[in-house]
Amino acid sequence: MTERILIRNGRVIDPASGLDKTADVLVEGGCIAAVGPDLKAEGARKIDARGLVVAPGFVDLHTHLREPGLEYKEDIATGTLAAARGGFTTVCAMPNTEPAMDNRSIIEHVLREAEARASVRVLPIGAVSRGRAGKELAELGDLAAAGCVAFSDDGAPVWDATLMRRALEYANGLGLPIIDHCEDPSLARDAVMHEGWVSTRLGLRGAPAASEEAAVTRDIALAEATGAHVHIAHVSTRGAIEAIRAAKARGLRVTAEVTPHHLTLTEEIVAFGSGGGWDLVYDTNAKVNPPLRSQDDVDACGAALADGTIDCIATDHAPHAVIEKLCEFDDAAFGISGLETAFGLCMRLAHDGRITLETLIERLTIGPVRALGLDRVVPGIGTLAVGAPADIVLLDAAAEWVVEPERFASKGKNTPLGGVTLRGGVAMTVSNGVVVHDHQRPTTSDQRPTSGVPVG
Amino acid sequence: MTTEARPDVVPAPFAAPSTDESGWKRRHLLDLDDFSVEELDLMMRTTDTMKEVLSREIPRVPALRGTTVVTLFYENSTRTRTSFELAGKVLGADVINIAASSSSVSKGESLVDTVKTLQAVGADVLIMRHNRSGAPYLAARTGHCSVVNAGDGLHAHPTQALLDLYTMRGALGDVRGRKVVIVGDLLHSRVARSNAWALTAMGADVVLCAPPTLVPARLGEALEDRLPPVRVETNLDRAIVDADVVMALRMQHERMQGGYVPGAREYSRLYQVNTERLARANPGALVMHPGPMNEGVEISHDVAHGLQSRVEEQVTNGVAVRMAVLWLITRTSTKQARAAAKGAL
Repeated sequence: MTERILIRNGRVIDPASGLDKTADVLVEGGCIAAVGPDLKAEGARKIDARGLVVAPGFVDLHTHLREPGLEYKEDIATGTLAAARGGFTTVCAMPNTEPAMDNRSIIEHVLREAEARASVRVLPIGAVSRGRAGKELAELGDLAAAGCVAFSDDGAPVWDATLMRRALEYANGLGLPIIDHCEDPSLARDAVMHEGWVSTRLGLRGAPAASEEAAVTRDIALAEATGAHVHIAHVSTRGAIEAIRAAKARGLRVTAEVTPHHLTLTEEIVAFGSGGGWDLVYDTNAKVNPPLRSQDDVDACGAALADGTIDCIATDHAPHAVIEKLCEFDDAAFGISGLETAFGLCMRLAHDGRITLETLIERLTIGPVRALGLDRVVPGIGTLAVGAPADIVLLDAAAEWVVEPERFASKGKNTPLGGVTLRGGVAMTVSNGVVVHDHQRPTTSDQRPTSGVPVG
Repeated sequence: MTTEARPDVVPAPFAAPSTDESGWKRRHLLDLDDFSVEELDLMMRTTDTMKEVLSREIPRVPALRGTTVVTLFYENSTRTRTSFELAGKVLGADVINIAASSSSVSKGESLVDTVKTLQAVGADVLIMRHNRSGAPYLAARTGHCSVVNAGDGLHAHPTQALLDLYTMRGALGDVRGRKVVIVGDLLHSRVARSNAWALTAMGADVVLCAPPTLVPARLGEALEDRLPPVRVETNLDRAIVDADVVMALRMQHERMQGGYVPGAREYSRLYQVNTERLARANPGALVMHPGPMNEGVEISHDVAHGLQSRVEEQVTNGVAVRMAVLWLITRTSTKQARAAAKGAL
């Protein structure tokens, strides 16, 4: 059931239209009905947004919902509730499930489960290769027909260059991009973190920045050769950014995303944790792939996000069970549970003056939509245009809060930010006209609001 | 001590240096990367005391009577485990040895559960050897028993570095200003890492030497105190000039099969510590090796067993150093404090 909602007196920022002014937003029938000053709506639910930013709901191109098969880490209900808490109203589900999302029936299963249990919109990403094994193409045409918005073997690179070339050509015929996890496995063999002074200090095997840069450079060459669209997942090094910048300057169809953690955290967190001390911690919650890099790489990511070389922020939300992190560093799983901390973490760049709030919101909304062309699937997504789906987030840019992983909606409590104070919170999330997160009255996965989000 | 019948076997107490003046507060020995000069000095002086105990006709003192020491070794080791076991027994501790076959969570009990179990049965000190870097830090966070790192992955081997320092001081008096050259597989060496921290803290001029493929990232760069302030030199003939100490590291055979260096023949030609090379060092320079040696690869047979070799002395000193470690880290545990208060020592 959707209701009429009138969001009053917020600072409305809609980067897609360049709007940034105090206004009201009226929601009717699950859509944006009007945006303007002093709107009247008899009988509508009134939400006072004074002091808050009203923006389109965030769109995450890179979410691991873990269903089917890995529900002990996360499932569609908990993962999308975590998304709602983080201000995301659309998540693109990565296909490294068990079995992999490499055929139509699994995609249909995911969409059916999402329709029944998700708090926000779920758009599936199909596997590039059968079983994500990197050997032979999955049935990309069938996957596209089932509703996939892109293809990726994420978690693993498409390492065989010929397979990548064929995938780009084939997907291009379907009008869809390939999302590549860029890593040269021969350079990153056995690596568990970034290669640098911290890996030397800790005696951990490091992946050089070149392992990412070599793969990005190859993908750019293949994008040029095929004329197809490649989207580089979770960019993390200065060299990769320079390659993408040069490719864009040449007019190639290359887009890229960066995670909140690669924008803000360095390799030092692995050694010392985020508590501020200098005792060695070997923080397995900071073990992620690509690894947290050097300060120079972090600075480059922030600058590239601000200048548009990187199109958007994507969380790479990668929830894991406690025991997968409570172990020796070498044996711990890669990944950070990131949906619920994404906005607060990214706001560090805005508070530091490295990006404007408007641009930051752009990179979380219309930026990812344009990167993958999602508006062809869901018209109006990522905007507050009249008639667009009523996906809205209310943000308190100055709110300070302490990250308490045990209170996450996600099953994945694996964050290196436990106990850290973030500035920037999500006050409310409206998904397709339904309030799916209210900071004043948080919901649990047992009392999930019925969103009625049409998926796919 | 009431049960001792013959007066000549009543263990005499020893006069260990006071832990107060150095500000000793450690319950664990995980690495030497944050050790002060005072702490290292206390460790050396305590080792002197322990050497005196070992020189007695009956080398036994009841200093750690009632203390349960567990050696938990996930990797094979002969000298390290044996010397820890002996150290514990000389001090009167109950020593239990556990050889764990696998470190993988998937293959059995997790490290955290193992540590909790050992604590539950009464372990006071856990001496841990593990093939995963950082594993002792996880163990130290898991519970209340003291953890001694007996070598973790590629990261640290603090008691080896302490016995190396002790051996050098015994021969040189002081390492300050002395040139120490460590040559070998730096990338995979926990011995080199811990030695670099301890020796630079004590003011030695440390030169680390390896083929370029076996030098860890950014080692030797000026990075404030993030990495030990060592110099890196990839040419041993240059590195060894005027050295006061030359330490060769074990070169694993699997790393000489073309992955890192072209082969054992070329490695030994360029990096072996042999008589000709040693002649470039200072006269009487000490030759050391943490063992086990690959004679003919990283060190020649005649140098390994020559007059300048301190290899056997290193092993002997290992027991005394590990006694000092066990003694010092148990000064701060509540159980030992209680026992001391009762006059048990």
